[in-house]
Amino acid sequence: MAAAQSDATDALLKTPLHDLHVELGARMVPFAGCSMPVQYPTGLVAEHKHTRRAAGLFDISHMGQLRLVGPDAAAAFETLMPVDVIGLAPGKQRYGLLLDDEGGILDDLMFFNEGHDSIFVIVNGACKAADLAHLQQKIGSRCEVQALPDRALLALQGPQAAATMARLCPGIERFLFMTGGAVLIDNGNGNGGGPQIPAFVTRSGYTGEDGFEISVAAGDADALARLLLAQPEVKPIGLGARNSLRLEAGLCLYGSDIDTTTTPVEASLNWAIQKVRRTGGARQGGFPGADKVLAQLTASAGAAGHTDHATLKRRRVGLVALERIPVRDGTLLESFEGGLAIGQVTSGLPGPTAERPIAMAYVALAYAAPGTRIQAIVRGKAVPMEVTTLPFVPTHYFRG
Amino acid sequence: MTVKYTKDHEWVDAAGGGNAPVTVGITVHAQDALGDVVFVDLPEVGKTFAQGEVAGVVESVKAAADVFMPVSGEVTEVNEALRADPALANSDPLGAGWFFKVKLADALQLDALMDATTYDKFSSEA
Repeated sequence: MAAAQSDATDALLKTPLHDLHVELGARMVPFAGCSMPVQYPTGLVAEHKHTRRAAGLFDISHMGQLRLVGPDAAAAFETLMPVDVIGLAPGKQRYGLLLDDEGGILDDLMFFNEGHDSIFVIVNGACKAADLAHLQQKIGSRCEVQALPDRALLALQGPQAAATMARLCPGIERFLFMTGGAVLIDNGNGNGGGPQIPAFVTRSGYTGEDGFEISVAAGDADALARLLLAQPEVKPIGLGARNSLRLEAGLCLYGSDIDTTTTPVEASLNWAIQKVRRTGGARQGGFPGADKVLAQLTASAGAAGHTDHATLKRRRVGLVALERIPVRDGTLLESFEGGLAIGQVTSGLPGPTAERPIAMAYVALAYAAPGTRIQAIVRGKAVPMEVTTLPFVPTHYFRG
Repeated sequence: MTVKYTKDHEWVDAAGGGNAPVTVGITVHAQDALGDVVFVDLPEVGKTFAQGEVAGVVESVKAAADVFMPVSGEVTEVNEALRADPALANSDPLGAGWFFKVKLADALQLDALMDATTYDKFSSEA
């Protein structure tokens, strides 16, 4: 047995909910420079299943929040991503990808059009300092780049999340997936006369379930978390379950499944590149690495059997194990016949809801079609796996 | 007590005494650190291992951990019930969740392992 746990949490940042996590008995681990709860006493599997069944509360305050402000903000932001920023209507949210000059992914993010020439952006915790520097350097002369370090971020996820939020903030249940706005959350036990917590809420998340992400002033985070945890269907959920939930939902973890060595097309994130930015679109190209990314996009769209393997060599796929052996990050993959090296697993674990080992991996293009049989080499043993479509479990986003 | 412990969080039970094989499993602390065990890989019966060699694997959703051979010897039996129901490693780690039995090559190795008091102190500081 070797299951070491680091206690070196001294130099780590603490989120505004740190004391609450400790009070709830969380096991704290370092993540993105922050001391974060990996699990609570009920444990990862129970937390995972609770989120799929009821409502789970996540502290994601380690993530970066920022604002781009000015009449030119959307046009400027659009020069950094292969994404339609200008066309995003006020009140709506979209997934974005910051690219480097080779089309590699610097970070993935969510952005929201607040109206009044203001874009609210949520980035990965481990990338936030680099993102801010990148934004400042590239578009700082065209819009104001404002870091929002004094805000906390909570996520409430699960099929009962909407009912929970509606109890505390009537009307909020009308927000559709990837929309949101500024709200007041009633901290007076529903009688309407209590103190109100101002929050910025979007109907989104990273679990595949319906739910909300809630940005509040750091000073209000503890009160809001306690209010949500006081609701009968809500339990606290750690980063461990956040990881298994997002993997089952087929969502990428930056640093594992995507990074500067992967492009959006290799990462099978074609859906994140709107038509208007593609070849032939009204605002085609004009983002870092555009030549490479758009060529790969064309290659990936080739009819079956006619894909251009020289331009696009590998893709991110889902894999399910055909045996019970978990297949984890870093596992090498081989062709089923001949044992050719064809790729590597970037995230893998036994899916608590999928009820079998699942993984995301990059494989050579010839092996990327769903239904393809390959094998993973686990401790020297070949484990048969099959390429599958993502997500591994059905998503339940609220689209009205 | 005849149960000894390793710094890798295995226990070894020599309850049979004499030449009887010793039983090996993972500790309460180990299964707690791992969380819900969903898979175990057990050694082949008849195979001989040196002390410290990897003899098996225990996996939760969160992580995989090696199970090291606490004493040199030959594997005489593995827990098929655990293979079929890995959750036994959580529900009864010191009993029904045992991993395998080993015929000791060198009884002195057993004496050098930690006793319960020493292990409790060790694992609470780990």
